[in-house]
Amino acid sequence: MSLGGSSTPLGKVRGLGSAHHGGEHWLTERVTSIALLLLGTWLIASLLLLPKLDQRTMIEWLRSPSGAIPMALLVIVGFKHALDGMKVFVDDYVHEPGNNFVVNTVLLFLAVGGGALALFALARIAFGAIA
Amino acid sequence: MAVSIIHRATGTALSFAGLGILTWWLFAISSGTDAYADFTKAATHPIGLIVLIGLTWSFFQHLLSGIRHLVMDTGAAFELGINKTFAILTIVGSVLLTAALWFYLLGGAK
Repeated sequence: MSLGGSSTPLGKVRGLGSAHHGGEHWLTERVTSIALLLLGTWLIASLLLLPKLDQRTMIEWLRSPSGAIPMALLVIVGFKHALDGMKVFVDDYVHEPGNNFVVNTVLLFLAVGGGALALFALARIAFGAIA
Repeated sequence: MAVSIIHRATGTALSFAGLGILTWWLFAISSGTDAYADFTKAATHPIGLIVLIGLTWSFFQHLLSGIRHLVMDTGAAFELGINKTFAILTIVGSVLLTAALWFYLLGGAK
């Protein structure tokens, strides 16, 4: 929490605003974007470099630490960045507080639920419950 | 202006369709051969291909215009000429990257 004494413009706004975390939201969106720059490029490069795109190849790839770990990070950071981005969109266009709360809450549930589904599927592949 | 709107549109497409298909794909891999065959059938259907090509373009466009936003966050590239050139380059770059990727994928390499 900054009270405005920090030296950078971002430092001055962190902790301020009506919700007290607008600065953090702004920064998080940018940090996750850099992570996704790496993870998204990793996903496309991996799919290009894999010999085949059949199920067996996918399972072997996602069972290895070099496949499973970046994929887990991609899912977590991807859903977080999507939620942060959609919140900007909603806050720009849905002004009535009740509607804003409802839409943002629905998006939060979708992002957390979707992320949980994807991580569950990945865990099932990575920890070998299927052949 | 246009590139800023496209940044939001591609971000929304990636959030819903992109993460939705990523989740479906992981579930298909984890759910046995029938589920994976269903996914492959949908993904290689002409409509599925159009959606996937659209999403890869959205990814590259959002990535490049995202880099543009990060540069502008530092206070740079606000001069009209540079700003416009940068905006156009994001579109040229995303189209070229998408074309290269899909020519490779559909060109028999996979």
